[in-house]
Amino acid sequence: MAPVKGQPAWTRLVARWETLLVVALAGLVVLGTSLSPFFLTLGNFSNLIAALMEVAIMALAMTLIIVAGEIDLSVESMAGLASAILGFLWAAGVPLEAGIPIVLAVGALGGLMNGLLVARFGLPSLVVTLGTLALFRGLALIVLGPRGVSDFPPAFTQLGFGHVAGTLIPWPFVIFIGLALLLGIVLHRTWIGRHIYAIGKNTGAARFSGLRVTRIRVSLFVLSGLIAALAGIILTSRLSSARADAGAGMTLTVVTVVLLGGVNIFGGSGTIPGVVLAVLSVAVMQNALRLASVTVEVQSIALGLLLILSVVIPTFAHQAKSAVDRVRGGRPPPADSVPHGERALP
Amino acid sequence: MKLRSMGRAIALATIATVMFAACSTGSTPSPAGASTAPSGAAGKITVGYLPKDIVNQYFAAAKTGVDKGAAETGSAVIQVGPNEAKADLQIPFITDLTTQKVNAIIISADGKDEVAPALKAAMAQGIKVVGFDSSPAVGAYNVFVNQVDFSGVGVNLADWACELAPNCTGDIAILSAAATATNQNEWIALMKTTLATDKYKGLKLVDTVYGDDDATKSTTQAQALLTKYPNLKVIVAPTTVGILAAAQVVKQAGKSATVKVTGLGFPNDMKPFVKDGTSPVFGLWSVPDLGYLSYQVAAKLVSGEITGKEGETFTVKGLNGDKPYTIGKDSVVILGPAFRFDSTNVDQFNF
Amino acid sequence: MTAAVPVARPRGQWLSTLARQRELSLVAILILLGGLVTLTAPQFLTVANISQVAVLASVIAVAAVGEALVVITRNVDLSVEATIGLVAYGVARVLELHALDAAGAIVLGLGLGLVLGMINGLIVTLFRVPAIVATLGTLSIFRGVDYLIAGSHQVPLAGLPEGFTDAARDTFFGIPYFVLVAVVVVAIGSVILRSTRFGRQLYAVGSNPEAAAILGIPSRMVVFTAFSLCGLLAGAAGVLWVMEFGTINGTSATGVVLAVVAAVVVGGVNIFGGSGTLAGAALGALFLGFIANALILVGLSQFWLQAIYGVVILVAVTADAFILRRLKRANKRSGSR
Repeated sequence: MAPVKGQPAWTRLVARWETLLVVALAGLVVLGTSLSPFFLTLGNFSNLIAALMEVAIMALAMTLIIVAGEIDLSVESMAGLASAILGFLWAAGVPLEAGIPIVLAVGALGGLMNGLLVARFGLPSLVVTLGTLALFRGLALIVLGPRGVSDFPPAFTQLGFGHVAGTLIPWPFVIFIGLALLLGIVLHRTWIGRHIYAIGKNTGAARFSGLRVTRIRVSLFVLSGLIAALAGIILTSRLSSARADAGAGMTLTVVTVVLLGGVNIFGGSGTIPGVVLAVLSVAVMQNALRLASVTVEVQSIALGLLLILSVVIPTFAHQAKSAVDRVRGGRPPPADSVPHGERALP
Repeated sequence: MKLRSMGRAIALATIATVMFAACSTGSTPSPAGASTAPSGAAGKITVGYLPKDIVNQYFAAAKTGVDKGAAETGSAVIQVGPNEAKADLQIPFITDLTTQKVNAIIISADGKDEVAPALKAAMAQGIKVVGFDSSPAVGAYNVFVNQVDFSGVGVNLADWACELAPNCTGDIAILSAAATATNQNEWIALMKTTLATDKYKGLKLVDTVYGDDDATKSTTQAQALLTKYPNLKVIVAPTTVGILAAAQVVKQAGKSATVKVTGLGFPNDMKPFVKDGTSPVFGLWSVPDLGYLSYQVAAKLVSGEITGKEGETFTVKGLNGDKPYTIGKDSVVILGPAFRFDSTNVDQFNF
Repeated sequence: MTAAVPVARPRGQWLSTLARQRELSLVAILILLGGLVTLTAPQFLTVANISQVAVLASVIAVAAVGEALVVITRNVDLSVEATIGLVAYGVARVLELHALDAAGAIVLGLGLGLVLGMINGLIVTLFRVPAIVATLGTLSIFRGVDYLIAGSHQVPLAGLPEGFTDAARDTFFGIPYFVLVAVVVVAIGSVILRSTRFGRQLYAVGSNPEAAAILGIPSRMVVFTAFSLCGLLAGAAGVLWVMEFGTINGTSATGVVLAVVAAVVVGGVNIFGGSGTLAGAALGALFLGFIANALILVGLSQFWLQAIYGVVILVAVTADAFILRRLKRANKRSGSR
């Protein structure tokens, strides 16, 4: 959201989505503490975070994809496929040292498939990844069937379920933070990131400017597939069980977290720190609600509302801002700050 | 760019603050026993009831027994559980019950290994874990209340199939629950062992399908069986959801004369199918009693009357003819033998 | 009949030809498939089997017709399965409580579906939330409400009025009632699309929203109506669901959205909007239903079904994109731009 001239810097900071999230997060923590005395214990925090980490790392990759103006609905199925293949290989006697790289390679290949269909053949990512959502899940079912493989060695399950020695920080959280730093730097500090924003804002212009649109988009989908596979591995480790239906339903949460993090669904804007904050907020919210004995159903409703509101609020905020500006008699906001969602809606 | 880095700084600062707050205010989990909720006045305890899923009526019936036991001492029962019978969905509920420091968790596991780490963590905090119906992995519970002797049920299922197939000959198929369900898998394995013996050599098991204890899925699986195997004689469904779905499908297809349904079912569900010949024989046990026994075992574990060791005995008034139960290998207690229902007795029961 | 959008006419001809080709090819593949499967498994060609498949497919087809309306406007509704589930539970529960008779329950179901569809429509048009986000959100919300209302209760078959579920098995001169319902829905819908202004506006909005806006078409009203009708038809599918399955709880109809969207996409409704027929969507549902059936009969594990849905969607989308590119080139050549 481009700043309007003439406003002091601090108001711009306050008006940023990330600030809103910080406030929300603080509020949720307060709420959680008031709901249950166990809330701020380290043990609870550890649990709170651990279960959401697979969604969290997929959200990081999804952020880049959505900023570039695409979407990848197939992540949950790739996680399932990863789990299925890992279980299948393990049950067949293949050591995990070989199994894990194979699974990651499959993730990258799946992402490559998505990327080629979208970037080279020009198909809409929504439908392509809807198709691969079904296809990858189907392959997972073909590979592993309805059974579960669960006799993994403790060293492996420690990855998902255990903690860094001496603390209660879960390993997946470490992976998440590491990935957040890496992708944050890529998106916000490198030319790749700038290109991604450009592609998201205006693909045509980006292409005419000589940006390697196709290559970047394909790479983003490969990244998404790879990370989804990693999420599948972590999920398998955390549950100490490989199943073909692993990860079912995660796509919704991933997209919700990303949009909640202030990323515009049409592409061109959004930040990694915002998504990190959104992950923390959702984790805290889910935990607070559960401790308050709020049922899973109500949580599901809350998640859906959150998703819709995360798009409605910026739109309204922008319309309110335009109205206020017009009343003040100032110049109309510059063209690029108008949410370019208008092109898709009648 | 300045604002961006400020934004990121805020984010990182927040993370640091939250973690620091957690570190300084929190108390690390204390060793076994000390931190569980007080089991105070005359055995008033809090028990978490975590079935495979909260939609399956089987567990609603079991809960009536749990509630009955809790009511006797004014104890509290918290029911939690997922809408689908999936093991990974049960885990957050286990950790939450642990955080809430209930005295005991009564659980029917969707997958024995998946729930084990969380259950072990609960036990490390002094919470007693009572498995029932479908067992968690050995070591992840204090006592497992088995509703029925596995090998007994396995033989029963084979026997009923033999009884319903003309001359104990023909194609039979199994419609089970979830593919990972511990209990169904045990019963099926033992049924197959039984079928391998001489008496049953006329019966051919053509398929085992999984309805996931979901009414819709079980219905479509049953329909698929009828379509795929035109010579099918008996559908064996060792799950109350599956047997009802199969009986409905057979009846609606008009095939009650040629295809019979048996397995484990509720008398109330199956009465009409006994009457019209779709399901002349099936079995079960007293599901409320299962719940009642599970609660009593939990209460006794919390009070220290039993520890779950093999060989211990205890008595529960109103069950087993007031004779003592003995804890067997792997800390398993068996409710009793399966009970056979048919046209002579099904009307006498109401559950 | 004056074309409301001049630019649509030459394209319209192209599209209807290609659409018919799609329907014809679906029918051809179906016949071919049927022949192959019958060779391996003669049970395929029995009246009982074909009726059963057709009945199941009809339920999906009704929902697919509604989804097609939305897709034609270049939107998507991912929440249909939650609408079906919620309506199914509502209808079943109301019948179980004897609060309404069968006719009343059916009206309730349709009304509920309509309301849910209108909610989707409002979120998309009034609040300007993109359809993918809006319906992902309502998918979660409606399903959550379903779970909330249902709790751990399950309405058993015995709780429904005598004969209510017979509709799924009864036939009219050999044709199952459900199939007739689907045919009627398709017929009425097609008439609306082809002969009313609303129908033309629907296609216009989907094929070129900017042009439609310039021409003064009330796009938001059109999209809102499309979503509302989609909800109504999903509600109808929910009623049919109760008749077909009998036992209903909070999780009923989970996972159905993929089948519905696949049916629409396979049936030739272009995902870019602006083209496609309702008959195509219904045929798509039938096609997928037969594939599922063929899988079982041929002995392939049912696990192949998901993978096949995926492949089918991908193939259909690729074909659609190909067609669209050809069309654009043809339009440019013919100078109608």
